[in-house]
Amino acid sequence: MNDAAERAEEVAADSAVADEVGHVPGGVTAEGELVAPVLPKGLRRVPRGVDEVATEHLVVNMGPQHPSTHGVLHILLELDGEEIIAAEASLGYLHRGIEKLSEHRRYAHIGTLLDRADYLSGIHTETAFAMAVERMLEIEVPEKAWWIRCLLAEVNRIASHLVWLGTFGLDIGAMGPFLYCLRDREQLLDILETVTGARMMFNYVRPGGVLMDLPPETEPMIRKFLSTFDKYMSEYDELLSGNEIFLRRVKGIGIISPETAVAFGLTGASLRGSGFGWDVRKERPYGIYPELDFDIPVGSVGDCWDRYVVRMEEMRWAAKLTTQLLDGMPAGDFTAKVPRVLRPPAGEAYAAVESPRGELGVHVISDGSDKPYRLKIRPPALYNLAVIDEVLPGYKIADAVAIVGSLDIVLGEIDR
Amino acid sequence: MSPYLEVLLKALAALGLMLVNGVVLIYMLRKVLGHFHLRLGPMRVGWHGTLQTIADVVKLLTKEDFNPSLTDKALFVVAPFVVFVPSFMAYLALPFHESLKFADLDNGLFYVFGVLAIVPVGVLMAGWASNSKWSLIGGMRATAQQIAYEVPLLLSVLGVVLIAGSLNLAEIVRTQQGLWLGFIPRWYIIPQFPAFVLFLIAGLAELNQTPFDMSEAESELVAGFVNEYSGMKFAFFFLAEFSNSFIISALAATVFFGGWLVPWYPDAPAWLCAMVFLIKTYVGIFVLMWIRGTLPRIRIDQLLAYGWKVLIPASLVWILVTGFVLKAVA
Repeated sequence: MNDAAERAEEVAADSAVADEVGHVPGGVTAEGELVAPVLPKGLRRVPRGVDEVATEHLVVNMGPQHPSTHGVLHILLELDGEEIIAAEASLGYLHRGIEKLSEHRRYAHIGTLLDRADYLSGIHTETAFAMAVERMLEIEVPEKAWWIRCLLAEVNRIASHLVWLGTFGLDIGAMGPFLYCLRDREQLLDILETVTGARMMFNYVRPGGVLMDLPPETEPMIRKFLSTFDKYMSEYDELLSGNEIFLRRVKGIGIISPETAVAFGLTGASLRGSGFGWDVRKERPYGIYPELDFDIPVGSVGDCWDRYVVRMEEMRWAAKLTTQLLDGMPAGDFTAKVPRVLRPPAGEAYAAVESPRGELGVHVISDGSDKPYRLKIRPPALYNLAVIDEVLPGYKIADAVAIVGSLDIVLGEIDR
Repeated sequence: MSPYLEVLLKALAALGLMLVNGVVLIYMLRKVLGHFHLRLGPMRVGWHGTLQTIADVVKLLTKEDFNPSLTDKALFVVAPFVVFVPSFMAYLALPFHESLKFADLDNGLFYVFGVLAIVPVGVLMAGWASNSKWSLIGGMRATAQQIAYEVPLLLSVLGVVLIAGSLNLAEIVRTQQGLWLGFIPRWYIIPQFPAFVLFLIAGLAELNQTPFDMSEAESELVAGFVNEYSGMKFAFFFLAEFSNSFIISALAATVFFGGWLVPWYPDAPAWLCAMVFLIKTYVGIFVLMWIRGTLPRIRIDQLLAYGWKVLIPASLVWILVTGFVLKAVA
C-alpha cells in the first residue's frame, strides 16, 4: 500500500519535471561544464492515449522500410483506427554528408556529388552550383552553354515528373501507369546518356558552361521522343484522371492553403497547386528562360488533384519548351575559358533554379582556396515534406500515402 | 467400391485440382499482369517461364518455417489453415458435369457462401496473432470489408435462385439448358445482367482483389495481414487466395453462364463439358486479372460506404424486381 503510494508520487513528480523541463538542447555552460541534452519522451506530440470514445491510439512507424515512402522516409503516425491524429517525419536515413564532403573537393569535382543529392534531376543541382560559382568568379557564360543547360534541364524535368507520375499511381494502387511512365523515361535517359555519357549521374554542367557540345544525333532523338509524347501523355491522363476511383482518392484530399504553403516555404508544383503562382524561372529568371515563351500552370484548391494537374501541365509545357530550345539552338562555344583549377575570391554566392520539385538553391562560401569553405543545398523537397505535420492529421492512412506522393519527395535530396 | 474410399478419393481429387489450379493461376497472373504492364513476366525457368511456379513451390517448401518472437504461437500457426480449409471445402460443391461432381448438395450455393464466410476469421486471426500493427490493421480491414460485401454477394445470386427454384448448383445449371429464339443460350446472364454486375463487384471485394485489395494494400499496409508470414504458411494464404478466385469465377460461370453446358451442342460428351466449364472459369479469372492490372485502389471508408449504402440496397431492389416479374409472368 505504502509502496504503491510512493511510486505514484514518484511518477507524478517525474512527469511534473518532464513537463517543466521539456526539451533541453544541452551544450556547454558559462563555467565550461558539459550539459547532457534532455530529449522529449517519444513523439513531440505525446500520444493522447484515450479520447472521448475510449479507443486506444496506435503509433505506427510508416517506414523506413515501407513500399510507398519513396526511399527511406520514416513517418511516425498516431492513429485512431484508420484516422491520423498526428504525423511526424523522421529524416536522415539517406544522409551521406554531401555538403560536408563538398568541402574536401575541388570545384570541378563537386558536380558528381551533387548529382547524388537529387538523383532524379541532376542537371538542376549542377546548374545551381555552376551558377553560384560563376557569380563568384564573374565568368561570362556563352549563350550556347545556357541553351544546352536549359534544354537538358527541361528534358530532365520531364524524366523526373514521369517518375513522380508513376509512383503517384503506385501510391494510389495502380501499377500499370508506373511501368508505362518508365518506358518513356527510358527514352529520355537514353537522350541524356547520349549527351552527357551517364543516365543519371551526369556531372555535365560545369562552372563556365557544359562539359561537351551536343552530339549531332541528339536533336533527332529528342524530336522522336516529342512526337510520341503527346499521345502517351493523354493516355496516362485517361488512365488516371479518367478513372472515378482515382478522382475520389485525390480530389479534396490533402488541402494545403496558400497561407500554409507559403508559411512552410513550399515551392514548385506543391506551392503552385495551392494557387500561388511562383516559379524561379519567372520570378528570378536565369539562363535563357526570359527569351522563352511559357506559362506557369496554377491550381486553385491546393489538394492532391491540383498538384497532379499542375505537374501534368508542367510536363506538357516542358515538352513545348524543349521544342523551342531545339529550334532556337544557336552556334558558338559551349563553355567559357576557365582556368583548370578554380579559385573563387573569398566571398559567398547563392544561386537557385527551378528544379522539378521547386526552388533548388546552392549556397557556396569561398575562402579563396580551391575548395569551398562551406556548401549548402536548399532542397525543395525537404520544405515540401515539412508540411505533412500540418496536413496529414484528420486524413486516413491511405490518404497519407497519396498526400506524400503528391508532394513528390526525393529522399536523396532531403537527407543529402 | 467402399463408400469411404470413394469419399477419400473425391476429396483427394479436389485437393489435387486446387493445388494444380494454384500453380497454373500464379503463372497466369504473372504473365497476364506482365503483358498488361509492358513486361514479359517470368521467362527464365522453362519455356517462357512455365516452370517458374514449380521452382517457387520448391523454394517455399524448403524455406525455414519462421515464427517471429512475441507472436501468439497457436493462432499464428492455425490461421493459414483457417483460411485454406474453407476454400478447399468450397471446391467440393462445384459441379463440373452431371456425372462429374464431388458432392451433389441440395443447398450447394448456400454451402459455398457459408464456408467462404469463415475466411475473414482466419484473416483476422493472422492479423491479430502476428503482433504487428500493420498486420492488425490489415486483418481488421479484411473483416470489415468481407462482412460488408458478403451480404450483397449472396443477395445478388438470389434472383437466379428465384428463377431456378433451387439452391442446388447442378439444378441451376440444368435450368439453363436450351435456347431462346433458337440461337441465344438460355443463360441467366441475360435476364439477370444487373445481378451479374453486382456479383462481379461484390466478388472482387470478397476476393480482396484490386480495386478492393484493402487487407494487403501494399502501398499502405506493406503486405497487410501476411506481413509476418513466410515460407509455407505464406504459401497457404496465397494458395487460398488463388483458389478463392477460382471458386468465385466458377460460381459466376455456373450461376450466370450456364456452367458446364456447351452452347448449341446439347449432347456434348462429359469431357467436353468439363473443359468448357474450365474455360468459362478461366475467362472469368482473366477478367479479374485485367481489372487488377488496370484500376487504382479505393479507400477503405469509401469501400464500406459503397458496400452498405449502394450495393446492398441495389441488390435488394433487384430481388424485388425479379420477384415481381416472376409473379407477373406466372
